[in-house]
Amino acid sequence: MTNKEYSKLVEERTKNSPLWLDCLKAFLFGGAICTIGEALRHLYLYLGADKLAAGSWVSISLIFLAALLTALGVFEKIAKHAGAGTLVPITGFSNSVISPAMEYKTEGFVTGVGAKMFIVAGPVIVYGTVASIIAGIIYYLFLR
Amino acid sequence: MQKISQGTIRFNRPPVIASHGCIVSQKEGDGPLGELFDRIEPDEYFGQDNWEKAESRFQAEAINICLKKAGVKGEDLDAAVGGDLLNQCTATSFAVKDLKAPFLGVYGACSTIAESIITAAALLDGGYGDNILASAGSHFCSAEKQFRTPLEYGSQRPPSAQWTVTGAGAVLLSFLGKVKISAATIGTIVDKGITDANHMGGAMAPAYANTLAAHLRAMGAMPTDYDAIFSGDLGVIGMDLTRELLARDGIILSDNYHDCGEMIFDREKQDVHAGGSGCGCAASVLCAYILPKMERGEWKRVLFCATGALLSPTTVLQGESIPCIAHAVELTAGN
Repeated sequence: MTNKEYSKLVEERTKNSPLWLDCLKAFLFGGAICTIGEALRHLYLYLGADKLAAGSWVSISLIFLAALLTALGVFEKIAKHAGAGTLVPITGFSNSVISPAMEYKTEGFVTGVGAKMFIVAGPVIVYGTVASIIAGIIYYLFLR
Repeated sequence: MQKISQGTIRFNRPPVIASHGCIVSQKEGDGPLGELFDRIEPDEYFGQDNWEKAESRFQAEAINICLKKAGVKGEDLDAAVGGDLLNQCTATSFAVKDLKAPFLGVYGACSTIAESIITAAALLDGGYGDNILASAGSHFCSAEKQFRTPLEYGSQRPPSAQWTVTGAGAVLLSFLGKVKISAATIGTIVDKGITDANHMGGAMAPAYANTLAAHLRAMGAMPTDYDAIFSGDLGVIGMDLTRELLARDGIILSDNYHDCGEMIFDREKQDVHAGGSGCGCAASVLCAYILPKMERGEWKRVLFCATGALLSPTTVLQGESIPCIAHAVELTAGN
């Protein structure tokens, strides 16, 4: 059997992830997180923060909550069901930084936590920054 | 010992399994084979402060149980042969360092226990000593850390993924005992171009089919000549593919075909997707289930063939396919 034929056989015999169910769960969990964020925004506005500050406080709160739940070992259990629902919002970013930081603590605070903290989030930061530079150049050249 | 064909050897002075020991964590203990393991350790850290040390401790304990049963000390060993999944096989090195025994570290991924046993049996049949230990172990958490993502990272596992067994098994090979190692086939690497590291069963099935067919051909045997035929940790998808591949070769596997990875967990209740995996999977099932059944005389002839996916995190990232291997050990009880 050629490699191509075998790959096809493997594909045939392998059950795929339940796409629609996964999408639905991601929608519900992701939506719930955004709703919590919106509720927090209203709370901070009510407490007297201006619009910009309230937005920042929402991000800080969600990052903190995700970090806390990661440290308590709960985040991973939710994310198993939520998938992109917890990954895409800022909660996923928080989890991706905290989880390696916890995992590599045994290798020291500099060579472990410090060095390995961004193994998952690093590419997001790098390419996010690059994308923002490109967007900035386009804005400067054409839209200003 | 005598070479029958490429890779297959028959032992003239067959070494026997004098003793065996195994230990697993609570999750495996809660599985269908739970009560058969020598020890279930509820603490995944095993009293250590990191996963790597914990993995070592699991293997050290399996060795300890095995040697204790036989009343053999580390100094009495002519050699210890063993391995694990961690970089540079450190879990095993730390586990055996206090034994003060000559040591050979081997790497065969999840096939390690079979590779260790074949190496040990060849040494014994060749006249090198009387007592050789063979061991292997793995730990879910250290394997996740090394091969996948940090433990608390919120990711989803596909249905083809397998769950690394936290546990270890050790066997003492000697010349006094009920279960003989009568023949073995050292596998050749088979790579069918599978690149998905979350599909070990699919990657390893062709290697298993290859070794099994080679062994049967060399021994002039049929699957029905065995009381049981085992694969290491192909999982349910890998088992299905194996049956298909072998059927195309005219070899039909019937109800006597089992997979350690499929047996060790309750796939419905324990959320392990395609089944168990890891060096500790085949090793602990061999010690807890297969060998005791043979010692009780329920099975007389068993083919134990453990499989391994010889990938590394680096080769996966570089988009390489997964070279796979399977080593077969033929066990016979009685005359």
